[in-house]
Amino acid sequence: MSATTGVRPGAAWRAVLAARTAPYRAVLASRVRAQRSYRTSFRLDLLGSALVGLVELAEVWVLFHSVGRIGGLDLAQVLLVFGLADLAFSVADLAFGHCDDLATMLRLGTLDVFYLRPQPLLLQLVTSDISLRRVARAAVAVAAVVAGLLVNDVPPTPRTVALLVVALLSGVAVSAAMFVLAAGIQFFVVDGAEMTNAFVYGGRYASTQPASVWSRPVKAAFVFVFPVAFAGYLPVVSLLGLTGSPWLPAWLGWCAPLAALWAWALALLAWRVGVRHYQGGGG
Amino acid sequence: MRATLRTYFRLLAAGFRRGSAYPLAALGGLVANATFGLLKVGILFATVEAGGGTVGGYDAGTMSAYIWLSQGLLGSVNLFGRTAVADRIKNGDIAVDFVRPLDVQAASVTTEVGTRLFALLPRGVPSVLLGVLLVGMSMPTTPLPYALGALSVLLGVVLSCTTVYLVAVSRFWLVEGRGVEMLYMVLSGFLAGLFVPIPLFPGWLRAVAGATPFPSMLQVPVDVLSGRVDLPTSAGLVGVQLAWLALTVVLGAVLTRAGRARLEVQGG
Repeated sequence: MSATTGVRPGAAWRAVLAARTAPYRAVLASRVRAQRSYRTSFRLDLLGSALVGLVELAEVWVLFHSVGRIGGLDLAQVLLVFGLADLAFSVADLAFGHCDDLATMLRLGTLDVFYLRPQPLLLQLVTSDISLRRVARAAVAVAAVVAGLLVNDVPPTPRTVALLVVALLSGVAVSAAMFVLAAGIQFFVVDGAEMTNAFVYGGRYASTQPASVWSRPVKAAFVFVFPVAFAGYLPVVSLLGLTGSPWLPAWLGWCAPLAALWAWALALLAWRVGVRHYQGGGG
Repeated sequence: MRATLRTYFRLLAAGFRRGSAYPLAALGGLVANATFGLLKVGILFATVEAGGGTVGGYDAGTMSAYIWLSQGLLGSVNLFGRTAVADRIKNGDIAVDFVRPLDVQAASVTTEVGTRLFALLPRGVPSVLLGVLLVGMSMPTTPLPYALGALSVLLGVVLSCTTVYLVAVSRFWLVEGRGVEMLYMVLSGFLAGLFVPIPLFPGWLRAVAGATPFPSMLQVPVDVLSGRVDLPTSAGLVGVQLAWLALTVVLGAVLTRAGRARLEVQGG
């Protein structure tokens, strides 16, 4: 430790952290440069990604074009549900979305490269790529959140800020956990990768809906097992002081961090079991 | 002529077998289909309820038929824009296909249709059964809508393949075709009526959808098969499907020829 003598402990700790994260930062920086080097292609990607967000918003709007309220929420309130949930999913997709490619990596045997490096497998997989184009979709979601806050006359109080921060952080964590959970399951199903779409992309679709319309089995699945309802509907009910629905009291939105913890416990367990099951790609 | 037909029939059968080679993939697709179906039941039934029992001409029974028939067709109608031939154009393998004594467009569409038709067995039928058993749906009681519906489903599947072929041949001109594929995926699902039935759209948006081939891939087969529209209207809708099919086939042939003239494969 002679090298750090005379240096403040905080600085030493930062130096260690910088050294430890250097390989990950190098990979991520190269991915960012790669995506930005073909400018036209990158702009088109951004445009396409924004279009995905807009079309999904249009799907919600079209439903409310025919009726005033669905599941006790009007269009303005659902706009907030959509915005919060889609923002959480887009951010998680940006950082974790490529976990979806694990099935391809397993088939090609390219995952084995990660085993050669002295770094944790999951951390390598997550930091192996980043989809910058999802920024555009997140921007659509941010616009929906801002519009939702304005039209619903949400007061700018500490309570509002606290609830929004809790909801967003937990929502991102839950969505990211769904990607990791799906990756853990890929080790077993490989060809049946689409199965996990049920809770990853099905979960995204569910998270933008008012959970009050769901039947009991669907509620059980998307509130308590794959807790995506905590990314949108439940915090909005708490935020706007709406009355809850059966099984879903209005205070449940504040429990989003618990849902995030549960989702990550489930995801890390699935990942661990999956990695133990994996025998290598051969060759 | 007979030899040619036999060749294409074999390609169709080969595509069918390709679909059957991955049973686990089919099961995975079914699980995802069923989950999305249950979510659609939740939101769309709530919409019907909010509309006082009917919305856009749908009641709970016909809405259920729409949901489960469209979920069942999802594995067979290509709404995601990707095909094998797109990769062959990108990596140059298409040059080999041009040397073969087969029409590149017809061969690739036929194989694709075979694979898509297979998906009706492990994904289509079970999805509809799930809907009947779990939710219940109203279906026609006479045989004619089923016969016309089967034709309409077949046309919808083939039309999706001929349209996605157009997306694929764009790669003769574009090095990176992902943008076009993404555009196709985003617009096709929405305008085909995958998440919200087209009769619920506002008038101008219905007109926009009607100007594209997408409703003919999903909304039309579902409407004809479920008997939501009467027989004369159904016959007219099948005619529209045929018109779109003819247009996409001709356009595909023209683009294939133009692309072939432009194609330059490096290396040997």
